[in-house]
Amino acid sequence: MAKLILSMDGLVLKEIPLSKERTTIGRKPHNDIQIDNLAVSGEHAVIVTILADSFLEDLGSTNGTFVNGKTVKKHFLQGNDVIELGKYKLKYISEALPGAAKAADFEKTMVLRPGAMKKPPEPPPAAAGAATPQAATVPTGAKQAQAAAPAAASAAKSHSDTQVGITAASVGAAAPAPRRAMLKLLSGGNTGKEMELTKPLTTLGKPGVQVAVITRRPQGFFITHVEGANKPVVNGKAIEQQAHALNDHDVIELAGVKVEFFFKS
Amino acid sequence: MDLSQALEIASHTDPGMVRSNNEDSIASVPEKGIVVLADGMGGYNAGEVASGMATTVLTTELRQQIEAHAPEEVDPQSGQKAATKMLQQQIAKANASIYQAAQTQPQYAGMGTTLVVALFYDNKVMVAHIGDSRLYRMRGDEFIQVSKDHSLLQEQIDAGMLTKEQAKGSSNKNLVTRAMGIDPAVEPEIHEYDTQPGDIYLLCSDGLSDMVNDEDIGMTLQALGANLNLAVQQLVQMANDNGGRDNVSVILIKILHEYPAGEGLAKKLFGWFR
Repeated sequence: MAKLILSMDGLVLKEIPLSKERTTIGRKPHNDIQIDNLAVSGEHAVIVTILADSFLEDLGSTNGTFVNGKTVKKHFLQGNDVIELGKYKLKYISEALPGAAKAADFEKTMVLRPGAMKKPPEPPPAAAGAATPQAATVPTGAKQAQAAAPAAASAAKSHSDTQVGITAASVGAAAPAPRRAMLKLLSGGNTGKEMELTKPLTTLGKPGVQVAVITRRPQGFFITHVEGANKPVVNGKAIEQQAHALNDHDVIELAGVKVEFFFKS
Repeated sequence: MDLSQALEIASHTDPGMVRSNNEDSIASVPEKGIVVLADGMGGYNAGEVASGMATTVLTTELRQQIEAHAPEEVDPQSGQKAATKMLQQQIAKANASIYQAAQTQPQYAGMGTTLVVALFYDNKVMVAHIGDSRLYRMRGDEFIQVSKDHSLLQEQIDAGMLTKEQAKGSSNKNLVTRAMGIDPAVEPEIHEYDTQPGDIYLLCSDGLSDMVNDEDIGMTLQALGANLNLAVQQLVQMANDNGGRDNVSVILIKILHEYPAGEGLAKKLFGWFR
């Protein structure tokens, strides 16, 4: 269960578990957390706790509610947030990290019974009868065969220019790469041009002719063939169907253009 | 009619990096335009039983139904499309089977499953879903989430308690408000959308959508849309590289060309006069 630690001038006064759905904070005695100080309004703020999440809401207090130094009306509390009311501080401690086994259990999808929120629809009279004995014959954990239609390579728009278009798709921030890597064009109109591989995916080549993708993974950078009759050539050798790990100063050839891959020091 | 020439389908399911068993289940019948994904839950191996039942019942039953009636036919009395009725009935049937098994066999007690089904016919797709398995669509540069989760988080977002950004940090990710097999009856959410050639549809379990953000999924489809099998592998790999805390299932469907219904007599006659 999440809790709050009440302190003033660095002195811990109290620990309050957030056991209720609504925990009120204010100067008046009927509040769950009473702070008898004139800077605190009679009904100052409330913390609404829904399962593992807690929300702080200011109840129109005179002097305001602050979280990590910023005034808030409504705030989704994160672990170690510091709520300030006048000279008092309330530190929000989210649920203690459970053990690995417990965490795995907890993360499993669970159903929130709809009965709690709305009346479930009346079962149709046929429901019971519809449950045929076939239930028993269904193979356990049957994974269905997935038939994939023949991959008809769609002839995409043809570019009139012959250079390799380096299309870095939209922004995306994934796990940081182990190292920073660059590509440098070794032939074509833009010889010498460099670009950094900042995205999780960078496509190279000409759509409809030959395309490869460089993926950034925690283990490093990999090149994979996407479309076209020819596979990209790395250091003079065509790569296989699966992803090919790139090493420092590898030379990639595709769609008639040479590119050097290297790690940035 | 046979849709396998109009639709390109690629799929993959993976247990992820943490779980030992895979409770997800996927199935498709390309020639009939049926695609089903279910994410099971509960019990030791019961989750995969529930999801397996859902995908098996739906693919076999829907296939039979589509062979008997055209999904685009409109019922004159209710004004409903046959597809809507088929989905409602077969989901009810699958739900009843799972519920029955969960009630009568102790080892299956408490099992349930989420579901997302896509039915393609007549240049349209009808989507039914229950729980937090999702359908996304890539059209041109636009990548959107089509289905809206039946989850506590989504309800909180709708109620204005959380923004979509904040929801990513919530600890209540694992709570769905609807699932199959939990109650004697379940209410699927069903909508119909027009499709266009070039569209890519993505069905996935929360093992993908929780581990990889939407922008990265969209970027992958944009970059690798020409090679669906590779795109599927890449999406699963990204989920696993980011921790792979749950089973990951991905189905991609690309619309290769139009597939209008009614290649019947009326159309043939009309064709002569053109």
